[in-house]
Amino acid sequence: MSEAKKYPAPVTNPETAAFWDAAKDGKFMIKRCTACGEAHYFPRSICPFCYSDKTVWEEASGEGTIYTWSLMRKSPTGPYAIGYVTLKEGPSVQTNFVDCDLEKLKIGQKVKVVFKPTDGAPLPFFTPA
Amino acid sequence: MTIKGKAYIAGIYEHPTRHAPDKSTAQLHAEVAKGAIEDAGLSKDDVDGYFCAGDAPGGAWPMVDYLGLNTKKLRHVDSTETGGCSYIIHLGHAAEAIAAGKCSIALITLAGKPRTGAMPPRAAGAEVDFESAYGATTHNAYGMCAMRHMHDYGTTSEQLAWIKVAASHHAQYNPHAMLKDVVTVEDVLNSPMISDPLHRMDCCVVSDGGGALIVTTPEIAKSLKKPLVKLIGHGEAMKGPRGGKDLDLTYSAGIWSGPRAFEEAGITPKDIKYASIYDSFTITVLMQLEDLGFCKKGEGGKFVADGNLISGVGKLPFNTDGGGLCSNHPVNRGGMTKIIEAVRQLRGEAHPKVQVRNCDLAIAHGTGGLLGVRHAASTAILERV
Repeated sequence: MSEAKKYPAPVTNPETAAFWDAAKDGKFMIKRCTACGEAHYFPRSICPFCYSDKTVWEEASGEGTIYTWSLMRKSPTGPYAIGYVTLKEGPSVQTNFVDCDLEKLKIGQKVKVVFKPTDGAPLPFFTPA
Repeated sequence: MTIKGKAYIAGIYEHPTRHAPDKSTAQLHAEVAKGAIEDAGLSKDDVDGYFCAGDAPGGAWPMVDYLGLNTKKLRHVDSTETGGCSYIIHLGHAAEAIAAGKCSIALITLAGKPRTGAMPPRAAGAEVDFESAYGATTHNAYGMCAMRHMHDYGTTSEQLAWIKVAASHHAQYNPHAMLKDVVTVEDVLNSPMISDPLHRMDCCVVSDGGGALIVTTPEIAKSLKKPLVKLIGHGEAMKGPRGGKDLDLTYSAGIWSGPRAFEEAGITPKDIKYASIYDSFTITVLMQLEDLGFCKKGEGGKFVADGNLISGVGKLPFNTDGGGLCSNHPVNRGGMTKIIEAVRQLRGEAHPKVQVRNCDLAIAHGTGGLLGVRHAASTAILERV
């Protein structure tokens, strides 16, 4: 159904290029601050919690649970489900749910990351684990 | 320092159009500016402060020029852009400028034509690569809030539907309203699902149009002929996912802007006789009522049910013009019309069928951006003198 959907290629920038380079290897990266210990998403160079610049890249498990979702019933490219996934590592990330029955999504459901190709770096999505 | 009592709303104008393919956006701004200036009994050459947001073609300086404002006199401008609540923020900023002596007669305008043609996209933020592909729209961003609110608090679609039902009861008396038919809870539940769990009738209309305000000093307001409406409290706030930590979509930035405004005004939600609450979606109203303190968090569903928001029926008459759900939503931005209907209520100029008796304290509250992603909120508390 949505297999043929074409996603926009990330523009990328110096602050986030490492995320997209890792995505090409199938790795889902988050940033962690070594000063306060907090992980965050999307990645910044300055920690949004303590303002330390000691943030480092960390490969996330890619596993999490659905915090919320909404199924957009109509769009020019067909129905799609947007939502937030709370990662095992803590941060919640905005995403789309793919490769599943979109009507059966549930808050609290376990999901895992899956990458979909674009004309540039692949984009992270989530699907039931 | 406080802005309490330092500024009055002396002029209001809501454009009657809901579809304006035959007009330019700048022209609509000029028509609402003219309307508000004339409502106040002033001349455009009296204006010495101008406020506009992202809907004003080209921003403040092209608008000041196009509107023919008196540039020898104009000494304060503000183009703060916070989506639909921009104009409620402008109202507070105008009061601050007036209190500081930076201007004495401020004009605030909103106008545009989303029903005639698509609006230009907003400039991308730092999140663009990590969010834009996922297709967040107003519908699904507010759908995500409603979904989680239902999960956490047991809020139901029936309860949300009561908000639309109340708006429709008011809209039947507004000759300019796009949707004048009174609807039932069943009508809302039977309307097509747009983005779960929001039905079509949980969504506001798309309309062309606009509105404008004149904000001035107490002295000038008292020299004019209109009933006196005073700003006594104001708050503004912003909220976003903030790195994804402790995400909670069941509350909005209104949880901060509301208390700031009430504290400045020195009153509580119980004192409010009429509430203009931005109603981009039914869930927007329910969450704002909780965040502003009209009921406890999670009890919004019970609060809005059974006609509690219907003028003459319930305890908290809201959006007596029919609001965005039924009357209009000019430029996809509901903040301006929220202030205008609150002023009508305080002046005693609302439709007799929905006019709140002895309406001396009103609130106008709105949000801008996407409640489910990142947004602003602003609260204004107004008193009839």
